[in-house]
Amino acid sequence: MRFRVERDVLAEAVAWTARSLPSRPPVPVLAGLLVEADKTGLTLSGFDYEVSAQVRVDAQVEEPGRALVSGRLLADISRSLPPQPVSVTTEGPKVLLVCGSARFALLTLPVDEYPTLPELPHVTGTLPSGLLATAVAQVAVAAGRDDTLPVLTGIRVEIEGDTVTLAATDRYRLAVRELTWHPEQPGLSAVSLVPARTLADTAKALTGIETVSIALSTGTAGEGLMGFEGQGRRTTTRLLEGEFPKYRALLPSESSAVATVDTAVLVEAVKRVSLVAERNTPVRLTFAAEELQLDAGTGEEAQASESLPCTLDGEPLTIAFNPHFLLDGLSAIDAEVTRFSFTAATKPAVITAGGTGEAAGPAPYRYLLMPVRLSG
Amino acid sequence: MSRSQLNRPSSPQRGWGDDTGCSVLHVDMDAFYASVSLLDRPELHGRPVVVGGGGTRGVVLSATYEARALGVHSAMPMTRARRLAPQAVVVEPDHRAYARVSAGVMELFRSITPLVEPLSLDEAFLDVSGAVRRLGSPARIGELVRARVHDEQGITCSVGVASTKFVAKLASTRAKPDGLLVVPAAEVVAFLHPLPVGALWGVGERTEEQLTRLGLRTVGDLAAVPRATLERALGPAAGRHLADLAWGRDSRAVVPHEPDKSIGAEETFATDVDDPDVIRRELLRLAEKVAARLRHQGWRGRTVSIKVRFADFTTITRARTLRDPTDVGQEVYATARALYEALGLQRARLRLVGVRVEGLVDAAGVAEQLLLDAPERGWREAEQAADRAVERFGRGAVRPATLVDRDVRPGG
Repeated sequence: MRFRVERDVLAEAVAWTARSLPSRPPVPVLAGLLVEADKTGLTLSGFDYEVSAQVRVDAQVEEPGRALVSGRLLADISRSLPPQPVSVTTEGPKVLLVCGSARFALLTLPVDEYPTLPELPHVTGTLPSGLLATAVAQVAVAAGRDDTLPVLTGIRVEIEGDTVTLAATDRYRLAVRELTWHPEQPGLSAVSLVPARTLADTAKALTGIETVSIALSTGTAGEGLMGFEGQGRRTTTRLLEGEFPKYRALLPSESSAVATVDTAVLVEAVKRVSLVAERNTPVRLTFAAEELQLDAGTGEEAQASESLPCTLDGEPLTIAFNPHFLLDGLSAIDAEVTRFSFTAATKPAVITAGGTGEAAGPAPYRYLLMPVRLSG
Repeated sequence: MSRSQLNRPSSPQRGWGDDTGCSVLHVDMDAFYASVSLLDRPELHGRPVVVGGGGTRGVVLSATYEARALGVHSAMPMTRARRLAPQAVVVEPDHRAYARVSAGVMELFRSITPLVEPLSLDEAFLDVSGAVRRLGSPARIGELVRARVHDEQGITCSVGVASTKFVAKLASTRAKPDGLLVVPAAEVVAFLHPLPVGALWGVGERTEEQLTRLGLRTVGDLAAVPRATLERALGPAAGRHLADLAWGRDSRAVVPHEPDKSIGAEETFATDVDDPDVIRRELLRLAEKVAARLRHQGWRGRTVSIKVRFADFTTITRARTLRDPTDVGQEVYATARALYEALGLQRARLRLVGVRVEGLVDAAGVAEQLLLDAPERGWREAEQAADRAVERFGRGAVRPATLVDRDVRPGG
């Protein structure tokens, strides 16, 4: 194998592929990054049985070939190279990398033992990468982190024609985001459960690309995959199995009170007041006609309170939330004004972007937050 | 208790070294339960006496040094103790007397310094840094405590004087019985390094086994291992903790508080049991009992632990901390059962099982994070209703179906 490649092209491609490499590989070859050169260019691949990443870039290939080298080391090296073309050559059991006057000789791993990357399933539709990243980030905050309940660590992806619904819940909150995409064929209907952390990482890593194609195989044999592709990059992730909670029934159909608050002002106030909220203790929100008062802390401990303007349509109420869960929702809103809809102090509150009236139909993003019950 | 047996040398060490900066005292009553039991029985002084429950399957609560010399020690089955020391006098425990003497001793400690941290009925840490000008050097205060405990309560105690809590505790063990040992700040490392690793605070049987497998027998061996290696072998928290202790570093302050509250229940089976169904049922019964006591006393706890004693008396405990404090029997049971199942016992014969809830907090101050998919009235409400039924109709009026005695269940 012998090829020359631009320094920045190599560094970016290696960084993108190495992202999915396991830090503690179950088998040594998985720490490797597969470098394949053919007449049309260079392909870099990484795989940890859960996630695969592959990128194709232009290179001047003088002699086709393949080699497996330590991904971590190659990423560190390519990031630090001087701004000059890089030439890569295999020489016996080593890979020689020369850039300007810098020379590296890397050991190779047994390339024959490297697993085959999963095939990308059929493309089912496309959407802008920015929309995907925003929507996934909004939903991923509500996903569970407890591996003993694997179903809740996933994001449910429901495709119904040109509507995609993403949902995640850890039983304390539920985030639902609806968005419109471009399906390959009309009338498509599919459901899958993707590991939330992987999906969030993937969506973020794809933001450099304009349009992302999504490929889905629900695999009847249980080996379901979701693939993402665009501009020479493709990545796949294994799907989770299991029954996601029937979350639609949890979304309240009506509310007894609706309040709107300036999002940034509320976020700052919640952060300040919750400084005195010890582990697992809530911040209390008292909504009145024109004022929202925040309190945290108990009589025996430090206390804090702050009030800010709000509008309220309905009966005044006091409700308490875990401040972290509240901030997660407020940060995901992505709007200047936040709208709270309540039914009761022990029933979930719905947080949506303000400004849109009831007439505009359900908000594209809804964050359902279960309150904390105050005793005594 | 096993720890004190572990590092007690054949003859006690005593002595006053340079006690500058040694403001932590660990005061430990000598053979507390036995000594108190003997207060009303002066005729038994100097004879082997064993305090323990009656019945064939009770255990030794405490024993006088005369009985200990014959091999009797705490937590040993009474039958074994009787065999080892047939001439010993067996005394029934008198818990009221223990509480009374303990309260008197703690009161005495608090007259010396407000910084008293009781560990149990019969031992406490004292921080005497504020009392030095009034009462003299820490060692002098230690002797004062010993003299007053003897004068006021008629029992003896041993005192460890050191600059940190865990060294003070080791020192009092070394000084036993009826002694005082100062470990000067400059000699802490020399004092610690010859000790077996099991002497360190936080090294139980499992950790000790792990360390022995790594060839680390003494605290000195441990101290010679790079911190990073320990962290890798034992996990970051435990590794760091042991690396610090091995060099005598212990930054814990003496915190005046009541002993950690916990509520537990255990059951010694009439005959050893290996049937998982019977054990699960017993765990359920104990969990329900513990939870009812929690609710009755207005507590909730975050940590659930189980204790399992095998037929050969090996005893293990396992604990899990929940996200939120609980007083719900079903939650306690679910956790206890998960801990039991995780042991993977292949029909091992068990002598005793226990369930305990620790880290108690006042139920009135607990904020409860509600779940999206849980009914508004759940197990807590069901169990509270059962509590009310029990109050009215007596114990056993309402209980889980699996605990209803099969024999009295109507046919079908």
